[in-house]
Amino acid sequence: MTTLLETRALEAFYGDFQALFGVDVTVGEGETVALIGANGAGKSTFLRAITGLLPAKGQKVSFDGQEIAGLPADRIHKAGLAMVPEGRRLFPSLTVEENLLIGASGGRKGPWSLAKVYDLFPDLVAKKNNPGTALSGGQQQMVAIGRALMSNPRLLLCDEISLGLAPKVIKDIYEAVPRIREGGTSILVVEQDVGQAMAVASRVYCFMEGRVTLSGPPGELTRAEIAAAYFGTKTDEEAA
Amino acid sequence: MVWVNAIVQGVLLGGLYALFAAGLSLMFGVMRFVNLAHGDFIVTAAYLMLALVTGFGIHPAFAVLFVLMALASAGYLNQRILLNRVLGADLLPPVLVTFGLSIIIQNALLEVFSADSRRLNAGWLDTASFRLSEDISIGALPLLMFVAAVGVIAAMQFIFYRTALGRMLRATSDDPEIVPLMGGNNAHIFAIATLIASVVVGIAGIFLAMKTNFDPAAGPARLLFAFEAVIIGGLGSLWGTLLGGVILGVAQTIGAQIDAGYQILAGHLVFLAILVARPRGLLPKM
Repeated sequence: MTTLLETRALEAFYGDFQALFGVDVTVGEGETVALIGANGAGKSTFLRAITGLLPAKGQKVSFDGQEIAGLPADRIHKAGLAMVPEGRRLFPSLTVEENLLIGASGGRKGPWSLAKVYDLFPDLVAKKNNPGTALSGGQQQMVAIGRALMSNPRLLLCDEISLGLAPKVIKDIYEAVPRIREGGTSILVVEQDVGQAMAVASRVYCFMEGRVTLSGPPGELTRAEIAAAYFGTKTDEEAA
Repeated sequence: MVWVNAIVQGVLLGGLYALFAAGLSLMFGVMRFVNLAHGDFIVTAAYLMLALVTGFGIHPAFAVLFVLMALASAGYLNQRILLNRVLGADLLPPVLVTFGLSIIIQNALLEVFSADSRRLNAGWLDTASFRLSEDISIGALPLLMFVAAVGVIAAMQFIFYRTALGRMLRATSDDPEIVPLMGGNNAHIFAIATLIASVVVGIAGIFLAMKTNFDPAAGPARLLFAFEAVIIGGLGSLWGTLLGGVILGVAQTIGAQIDAGYQILAGHLVFLAILVARPRGLLPKM
């Protein structure tokens, strides 16, 4: 498996406050990787750092064989890295279809088009002329995912896409993941819901306080290990 | 009949005010940017037109083209080199910088063109008119101004709501932070918005040069009219800006009909009344 994204000892700061302390993450071509961790563990900060929203100048982030650390966010986007931001962040004065079209502004060629996105999320067809923010939460999330897919990304970053949605809606949205992968897009999801993350991902990274505390395929990790990495508590064996 | 005439002339004058206001409205809409030098940019365009036509003897058609191109490139560069640096969550730095620009421009114009009041002779356009009835005739120049204003607003409306560029401008207006995640470069998008606004400033300046006397200190008064038109119409609405210009124009001509000294005052009073009755303007978008 070839490496698509690789960070080496990535650090990130908000002013003087350090939020990431040497994070190593790799995502292979065609992989679905999940980042789990409690609130404030640094998961979203990690996504902001690799997408260029947070300055990462002089650091090591390679993507598709190219060094992207320190590039402006729009250049990183054009290299094939698209993000579904936390809270969806649809453009309120644009219709659903305009929100989708704006995702294609970078001009990358690939399998995704308006028709393909409507095929993936048929609920959106009837709403395409509505303002993006007049939809239900689940439908808004579909627009946000579709908008990111319209740029034909090599890697799709999804930040907390299940947050605040009903379990049935979450299931619908995660059903799109295999079809997104079929189009040749790798996926990196940030999830607070550990069960969901384990179900969808081929590998997980657990973040705590700005560091990776555990990583591996879901099948090889025990509940106790995950709890320890997630909350920072020691397991019984370690304590003994 | 004199009142009908006042209203007709006021509507046409409103076209000029809408032209003053459209660029301001656009820059505020996309960037939340208050440009206090807006009126001085209009006056600069007027002087540029005057200098090209009377100073260098260039054919007016070429002069118009040159003024618009000069304003467009100056607007783009000004945004990229200077104004983008002060854009941010804080509204004060842009206000301070454009206030400074306003003073610099006024003094530079004073240095080059002196304090004399000037006007561009528009030839036959100055006197041509259409007679509608016994008491009402419409001047060709005011009519042209009004048509230009409607054309400019319609063109801006088309760009905003029917093109990929407009989509990007509206998205940037909504949420500039995540536009780069869609592949948009904010610095460039802001500069494009200023470029469009500057072309409108150029058009407004050319009409100002033909319509009235102007001098290097004429900018702030134009800025005030522009602000009033934008606020009356409602922030963010382009057709509202046209409506605001027309209301301001009609208020002024009716005021002038009552007493010549009331022209400016009447405009301000109507503005204040609307601000009290409908603080968000007549056709608010945001």
